[in-house]
Amino acid sequence: MGLGLFTYMLFQGSYRLEREDAAAVIKDIHQEALLPLLEPLYGQEYPSTHAFLSAYDALFQPYNEALKQEERWDEVIWDDYHFALSRSAASGGAVEAPLRWLTLTVGLMVLGGLLYILPLYRGEPAGIKHTGIFFSSMKNRGVLGILTGTYLISFYVILYWFPAYLNQAVFMVDPISKAISGNPASQWFLYGFLYTLIILVMGIRMFRKYRHSRYHLLRTASLMFFQLGFAFLLPEILVLLNQPWYDFKNIWPLDYSFFYTYRIEDMLASGGFGLFMLVWGILLIIIAVPIFTYFYGKRWYCSWVCGCGGLAETAGDPYRQLSDKSLKAWQVERYLVHGVLVFAVGMTFVTLANYFSSFALLGYATDQLHTAYGFLIGSAFAGVIGTGFYPFMGNRVWCRFGCPLAAYLGLVQRFKSRFRITTNGGQCISCGNCSTYCEMGIDVRWYAQRGQNIVRSSCVGCGVCASVCPRGVLKLENGAEAGRIQEELPIIIGNDSIKIKQ
Amino acid sequence: MVIIGNGIAGVTCARHVRRYDPDIRITLISEESAHFYSRTALMYIYMGHMTYAHTKPYEDSFWPKNRLELLQARVESVHPKEKVLRLKGQESPFSYDILVIASGSRPRMLPVPGSEGPGVQGLYHLQDLERLEAMSPYLKQAVLIGGGLIGVEWAEMLLSRGVQVHFLVREKHFWNTVLDAREGQLLDRHLREHGVQLHLETEASEILRDATGQVSAVRTSKGELLPAQLAGISIGVTPNIDFLEGSGIVCGRGVRVDALNRTSEADIYAIGDCAEFQEAPAPGRKTLEQVWYTGRMQGEALAHTLCHPEDPSPYKPGPWFNSAKFFDIEYQTYGDVPAELRAGEQDLYWEHPEGKIALRLLFSQEASSDAVPRFLGVNSFGWRLRHAYFDQALRAGYPITRVLEELESASFDAEFSPRHAPKVRAAFRAATGLAVREPRKKSFFRFLFSS
Repeated sequence: MGLGLFTYMLFQGSYRLEREDAAAVIKDIHQEALLPLLEPLYGQEYPSTHAFLSAYDALFQPYNEALKQEERWDEVIWDDYHFALSRSAASGGAVEAPLRWLTLTVGLMVLGGLLYILPLYRGEPAGIKHTGIFFSSMKNRGVLGILTGTYLISFYVILYWFPAYLNQAVFMVDPISKAISGNPASQWFLYGFLYTLIILVMGIRMFRKYRHSRYHLLRTASLMFFQLGFAFLLPEILVLLNQPWYDFKNIWPLDYSFFYTYRIEDMLASGGFGLFMLVWGILLIIIAVPIFTYFYGKRWYCSWVCGCGGLAETAGDPYRQLSDKSLKAWQVERYLVHGVLVFAVGMTFVTLANYFSSFALLGYATDQLHTAYGFLIGSAFAGVIGTGFYPFMGNRVWCRFGCPLAAYLGLVQRFKSRFRITTNGGQCISCGNCSTYCEMGIDVRWYAQRGQNIVRSSCVGCGVCASVCPRGVLKLENGAEAGRIQEELPIIIGNDSIKIKQ
Repeated sequence: MVIIGNGIAGVTCARHVRRYDPDIRITLISEESAHFYSRTALMYIYMGHMTYAHTKPYEDSFWPKNRLELLQARVESVHPKEKVLRLKGQESPFSYDILVIASGSRPRMLPVPGSEGPGVQGLYHLQDLERLEAMSPYLKQAVLIGGGLIGVEWAEMLLSRGVQVHFLVREKHFWNTVLDAREGQLLDRHLREHGVQLHLETEASEILRDATGQVSAVRTSKGELLPAQLAGISIGVTPNIDFLEGSGIVCGRGVRVDALNRTSEADIYAIGDCAEFQEAPAPGRKTLEQVWYTGRMQGEALAHTLCHPEDPSPYKPGPWFNSAKFFDIEYQTYGDVPAELRAGEQDLYWEHPEGKIALRLLFSQEASSDAVPRFLGVNSFGWRLRHAYFDQALRAGYPITRVLEELESASFDAEFSPRHAPKVRAAFRAATGLAVREPRKKSFFRFLFSS
């Protein structure tokens, strides 16, 4: 019901643009051209976002197109004023009563979620709770799953490319944003707010589901802490203190804009603290990633700290079994994820070269690369596909096929780490629970049934394979490097007939 | 080479022969399924944890890639003299040079009145699951007969679909041929906690059917009439060798084989559940062992023998081990741990106050008081143990005190799991008066940077 009201709310409100509103949001250099152009809009009442934006486009597009036709590139307006203009023109709905709408939508969703989650498994003995998953419409690509995926995909498309349509929802969280950072909310604040809330609520679901496993309780709590503290609150507080917005746990190349000129200048312009951010970010890349991954595997980040991992391990948990385990998928994964890593590194290299050389041609290439990466990887892959495809391809689509940081962590994990999943001698019965519930699509059973340690670059160390194993075969371990990767295939314990290799 | 059966024994044998010999033609014949699947996962299909596709350990493309030919057919008879098989519905005989019988087993049937007909079934084949699935829409109550591992799987499956479950166990507690009373009672409690209506010291005496021939109730040896639409049988399995009748291959309970898995007929071998050794293959092992890994190991050994005639490898299993899961409680065993102590043995049973974690250590009773008893075996409940460690401990005959002192590293529980080893050591000291040291406590630094 909360979700229904949320969707309904997006269609609320009306629009009436005044000249002073427009003047407040349009950049100085565009004022001369745009303010008179938009004259017909002023004082008019538009009943919906769509009507308002259509009226705007009817005026703006012919003007801009004409400039392009005449190749007057200096005068062409590249800025997108949809979101800002519609925000300044909006009234009604959540504009007047943000808290009422917040309660009715997000409040109801949280309440509904908790009413469902808190009594979950009450009165049942603790244990693995996978009964009926493959009969579930939601969890096995049934109608509910398809609807959920479609809704998520639509939300991301609107968020990235048509944020003006989220206007009402952004107004709704304005009071919260103002309370934390003193600034009005943006669509990104709305997104961060909802994202954090979902991780917290669904994290409680994980607490219920895995109440018998300290490993899962601890890593879920850690993910919730880092999302709430590091990704959501701290950056906003930094803004309140006039510092650059910075998520201290987001690491390049996942944080692909870290070396962008505006970010670097922003940090350098913020005195000692800004410099600290820059040094911290670089230390994370060159010290923290290799060292922590050496000792614990990439799980220290992917399943304990990361925000994408946080969403995947909480909201995405009901979909983990949908990942593709085929050999084909593994081949695609390797090309794709390392391809994105190469893309991100190459782009950053060009960006930095440009930063230090200020060479005009490089500047153009940098812009083009940033646009392409932002659109293809940052928005389409990480957002639309990464989360929208949870109900279709499992909860780690982005982490598995697209995340450049996961690729980097994975390379360290594969070649220089103490982490492995140990298999327990001859106890495996090839049942397939481990492979089925591996969110990264690793065919865990392939290794377990031949008594081989699992050392795979993609493993995020969530520990679910070990939990679902009915025979106690799998254990996530950090240990001596010697013998971790078994080049010579191991001998399954228990057969004295021959010392056979699998 | 033709292999009858595509279970773990036959498939392992085929895979290894292919590894040793890239050229030999290998055909696997099975009536049950087109591809190898994990029988042990049948229950998870019914419970919706997995689909059938998930239970196949190898992708379908694996078989052509390794040139392993699969034939879904029923073998009706074997003719060793002509070296051919007769397949159901096929005129022409199917010839072989080497035949491996890996036909597995089938559930033993119930010798009580009314057990013939629909609604009384075992849980072994894919087809058993299909039959169960077909009757599930109108299944309200079920009676499970026989108190072994499959009985618990039955119970877990049926309860997951909301079926009321009566579980008849002939003995004083669950699985008494293997577990002692304390262990059995721990599981009895857990079964009841999950809603199983456990009837101990009770057998089925009659299965009643209604006018249409459907099961309507089960009468117990205590005279109770339990309404039910299904009687689930789990009184063990027996080798699946009926099709060998008249072939001349010598059979006992199973196909009789020597240590090289050779049958009485030339070029015919038998492995896995259907093979019965003339002599126990190793001290403390039985001539007929129907568990997953013995099938796998016999397949490994036979493949080696077939491809290395100059260096044959008789089947020789190491120390006994096994595992199972009873609802939420995992069970593992290493070594020969009997339900009742034999002469010269003693044990220590430790149970967690919440009653879901337990450990029973078996060790020798030394003649002289100053000799340290030897470790002989262990049963664990809700406590994962490291196979490699206990295999070594059994082979080398570790003193029981050493095993206790190393119990932390001998455990296989997930990281951050609560440690119970100190409590077990305390219980051991109290019971025996023997000294057992506590392992050195890890410093915080070591906790952070080493395993």
